[in-house]
Amino acid sequence: MMILKLENISYGYKAKTVINSVNLEIHSGDFIAMIGPNGGGKSTIIKLIMGLLKPWSGKLSYGVRENGEAVNIGYLPQYHEFDKRFPISVNDVVLSGLASVKKGRRNYSRLDKSRARELLVRMGISELSHESIGELSGGQMQRAFLGRAMISQPDLLILDEPITYVDNKFEHEMYHLLQEINNNTAILLVSHDIGQISSFVKTIACVNHSLHYHPSNKISKDILESYNCPIELITHGKIPHRVLHNHTAHD
Amino acid sequence: MISLFTYTFFNHALLTAILGSISCGLIGSYIVTRRLVFITGGITHASFGGLGIGYFLGISPLVGAAVFGGLSAFGVQYLSSKQKLRVDSAIAMAWSFGMAVGIIFIFLTPGYAPNLMSYLFGSILTVSVSDLIVMLVLAGISTFIFITFKRSIQLISFDEPFARSQGIKVDVFNYILILLIALTAVIYIRVAGIILVLSLLTVPQNLAIMITRNYNKILLFSILFGFVGTIAGLLLSYFLDIPSGAAIIFSLISEYFIGWCIIKLGSLTKVKPS
Repeated sequence: MMILKLENISYGYKAKTVINSVNLEIHSGDFIAMIGPNGGGKSTIIKLIMGLLKPWSGKLSYGVRENGEAVNIGYLPQYHEFDKRFPISVNDVVLSGLASVKKGRRNYSRLDKSRARELLVRMGISELSHESIGELSGGQMQRAFLGRAMISQPDLLILDEPITYVDNKFEHEMYHLLQEINNNTAILLVSHDIGQISSFVKTIACVNHSLHYHPSNKISKDILESYNCPIELITHGKIPHRVLHNHTAHD
Repeated sequence: MISLFTYTFFNHALLTAILGSISCGLIGSYIVTRRLVFITGGITHASFGGLGIGYFLGISPLVGAAVFGGLSAFGVQYLSSKQKLRVDSAIAMAWSFGMAVGIIFIFLTPGYAPNLMSYLFGSILTVSVSDLIVMLVLAGISTFIFITFKRSIQLISFDEPFARSQGIKVDVFNYILILLIALTAVIYIRVAGIILVLSLLTVPQNLAIMITRNYNKILLFSILFGFVGTIAGLLLSYFLDIPSGAAIIFSLISEYFIGWCIIKLGSLTKVKPS
């Protein structure tokens, strides 16, 4: 099933073009890594898909399910500061992912609530369901937000830089969770860091103002160079590794 | 004490306390959780400009204040959302500009402005029937908005980018709620005065948040604590013969402090409150 189709999409801020004539199709079962340098337009493409920005030109179309309903997209936004003391429980954070389906009005049904419980178990944070979101560690918080993105049972899950602020252990667990999720849900994973990604994803889209789709998860230096993707790689056998820049406090 | 209820002014004050607790409890919860306290302070003080113009033109000062407060609320919201100006700078400008306009027009108004002190410091005992009707309408509107859109309001306050991605009309909510803030602040200037009204919108809410992290309960407790504090202040003012606005704020802060002490004592004896 076709979930999403971008045809010749262009967009920019003021007079500056950020993405130029981008084409991309996402189908059920896909697991696409969208990689590319910072400022290359990855987040812009996500915002266009989520309807937060309107394209300058081009056509963006969404698929239709077999039962005639519009496809549903789950979204894990890029990490941003929020009020750690905000009064909302982990359980309510997960349920809030139903906002687009519920239009913020109808009450949560028993099914919604049991689905939330199920997801919290799957994410490994069920014992924290009544805690305030601010009490959680970075990795636990990201699981809660992943649960929020998944509760509407989306056809496509979009994750914008999901591992930037979490530790290595969680990064590893996250990829296993995503592999499991991918059994029923297409995934579009955005990252500026292609370190571990390649062994989990199926295909790669390289974005640097334009988008180059590579229908395989094997990345080599040649491929990235030919696509004008300035990411440094050295290769050990078949597994590509990134040459890391200087560490920051978060690494 | 029963004899108090035979006074019309006291019954009006009691109704004001009920309606005020509802309006301020609800919109105050939004103000506190979304960290709009400084914006609210700015709008409240800016409305002094409208108050002054009202005096000068001989129309109801509160109508002038409501218009001025509403316009400055929209102005601050617009400037900050378009990022033409830093939010806190925009607030400071609206705040001082409104006060300046107020002072100029009150100065230009011939004669002495008789009720000026009641607007600066509040007077719950002079609330009229028409004031009560306005308060009733406002409480109705606030209750409707919070019952119908509570979940959207909570989500916008918690995570605006995600709320937008869910198709919630965040900008519409921002403007409606800031207008509601302005109207609530201006109407309850009547009770606590320009300088003190901020307490009605923040103190009960912070006490509620100390007790629970459940959004529904925060809304309900804010209303309850606001009511208790207002009534206590009202009685304090009556029996000690001190200004009601100041007495209400004094009792609200006392209530907060007592609540804080009880919670501290409770957490010493209990292992972990659930």
